[in-house]
Amino acid sequence: MNETKIITNNVNVYYGEKQALHNVSMNMQANEVTALIGPSGCGKSTFIRCLNRMNDVIDTCKVEGTITIDGYDIYSKETSVEKLRERVGMVFQKPNPFPKSIYENVAYGPKIHGIANNKNELDEIVENSLKQAAIFDEVKDRLHEPGTALSGGQQQRLCIARAISVNPDIILMDEPCSALDPIATARIEELMEELKKDYTIVIVTHSMQQAARVSTKTGFFHMGNLVEVDKTEVIFSNPSNKKTQDYITGRFG
Amino acid sequence: MSFVNLNDNNLQKRLSREFRFKVYCIMAMTFALGFVLFLFTSIFSTGYSAFYKTMIPIEISLSSVVPDSNSFALMTNEEINDLSIYSLSKKNIYNLFPNITDRKEKKEILKIFSYEFEDEIKNFLKDNKENINDINIIYLTASDDIDQLHKGNFPRDIPEKRRRLSDLQLSFYDELILENKIETEFNFPFFTRGDSREPELAGIGGALAGSFFTIIVVLILSLPFGLLAAIYLQEFAPQNKFTDFIEININNLAAVPSIVFGLLGLGILLNAFGMPRSTALVGGVTLSLMTLPTIIIATRAALRAVPPSIREAALAVGATRMQAVMHHVVPVAMPGSLTGAIIGIAQALGETAPLLLIGMVAFVVDVPSTPVDPSASLPVQIYLWAESAERGFVEKTSATIMMLLGLLIILNLTAVIIRRKFETKW
Repeated sequence: MNETKIITNNVNVYYGEKQALHNVSMNMQANEVTALIGPSGCGKSTFIRCLNRMNDVIDTCKVEGTITIDGYDIYSKETSVEKLRERVGMVFQKPNPFPKSIYENVAYGPKIHGIANNKNELDEIVENSLKQAAIFDEVKDRLHEPGTALSGGQQQRLCIARAISVNPDIILMDEPCSALDPIATARIEELMEELKKDYTIVIVTHSMQQAARVSTKTGFFHMGNLVEVDKTEVIFSNPSNKKTQDYITGRFG
Repeated sequence: MSFVNLNDNNLQKRLSREFRFKVYCIMAMTFALGFVLFLFTSIFSTGYSAFYKTMIPIEISLSSVVPDSNSFALMTNEEINDLSIYSLSKKNIYNLFPNITDRKEKKEILKIFSYEFEDEIKNFLKDNKENINDINIIYLTASDDIDQLHKGNFPRDIPEKRRRLSDLQLSFYDELILENKIETEFNFPFFTRGDSREPELAGIGGALAGSFFTIIVVLILSLPFGLLAAIYLQEFAPQNKFTDFIEININNLAAVPSIVFGLLGLGILLNAFGMPRSTALVGGVTLSLMTLPTIIIATRAALRAVPPSIREAALAVGATRMQAVMHHVVPVAMPGSLTGAIIGIAQALGETAPLLLIGMVAFVVDVPSTPVDPSASLPVQIYLWAESAERGFVEKTSATIMMLLGLLIILNLTAVIIRRKFETKW
């Protein structure tokens, strides 16, 4: 088993009065894909957005409990969210490239963090990121055309390239394939296989087949509770909880 | 079941209702277009003649108007200005009608010219110092009444006593027409001169410059403040009672009648701060108060229309909130925001009421060269000329309206072009 990368301990999340997550404690291993499944509104997106503190944007959102990455408490006072998000990248449900060129989409992160010292280094980072995201060959001749002109699947891979351009440890994916067709989905899944060699991946997905295909470990969320978390084979073949059983067999959700 | 059922009453009713609706819509549109067309034709047909003016050429031997033709070549322009050539010029003008010998009748000859003929001759002298001994033809501006007569706006068939031109003057005109000595030329001075009591000499140069300076002041004040306020309120300010209160007040500010802003300018800028009266600076500050809420509201709407996913994308790669907003959100919102700003500026350009209260309604002859000189503005110039009695001001009023409408159309077109060209396509 790989070393443990992320540890969450008794995480409670409130949106104003409403509690969205109840005492979620789980570990995520480095260089593995951890899948989070569950019906709509179960809190899996809320949970994944705690891992790079994207919930900070919402005024009414309050997070309790501890989340550590490599042993550092990311909700401590000393943590800078900008540095945290440099190490914990995120890919969203709907492809959201900036309305700028493909090149600038990928170059933006390295630019603001000052990762590249000169134009050549930046070019190199952009090229490598696009290659890692398995989209370089398709766009190499039109790097300066708008990223928004690409197809949905290409846009999503561009967003993955953007996420890995700042050289993170962890990539969070919030339903990255829900807006894509099956072929584009298959490409992203292949890509995840590749990416997990270098990164720790946490993916939220609606599709149980996808979780079964790509993940090593799966957590099942229901009504803001982490019902069960185990090796993916175990969850899909022999879950210990009745609710998990019902969900994966399609009785609800 | 049949798809071809012409006897279906319900369907027939629905279709004819749709047809009637279409007819009403087209009628409404035609009505609106008709009004615009009526407005434009009526303004254009009365206004276009202001763009040319009537001139009468006279033959003058320059040496005959200067007191000392030998020393003249050495005179500076200032010294020429100080010369008194009125009576000598007069004599030359009388030569136009050699048969008129009576003193009183001679005076009537002068009245067909603009009263500034002395200055016009002096200007000609300045440009022709060398050819002082030649016989020259100088084009002198005709008086307002002759100008209007020539343009066909002067009724000749009313009794002489109720006419501004006497029978004798009319006969001069007819004689000049026969001799082909009435000419028209493009009224260039109309665009460069300030206001005047004489319609033939009045121009919108002063009003144009005043409007220009006013708009510059409005731009300098309301654009940066408006943009910053909108960006802060939309992107950074916490959602609470206080920001709600600010938002309501900004919306209210946009609905305040403009004359109230004029009173505010009068009370605070002029009386409390003692800023100079009748100036573009005060006008601009007052109008900024009106433009500011327009810009804030338009910019906030443009920012709100930017999808939140763009902010998230920037934040997720580790941008600060300000970087996310300035690098990604604001550029996308800029076309919408600029459109709002241009519409606000167009409003300010056409605004009259507040300017009346801060004294920009004064009669200003000089063209202002700075924002702190007394000046008029285009809409106020329209107001001033519209209430003048002289017939010549009627066409001048319409011509000024044409200029103002032209500027507004250009501004609004720019707004449309900016929106079309720079709008982000998703």
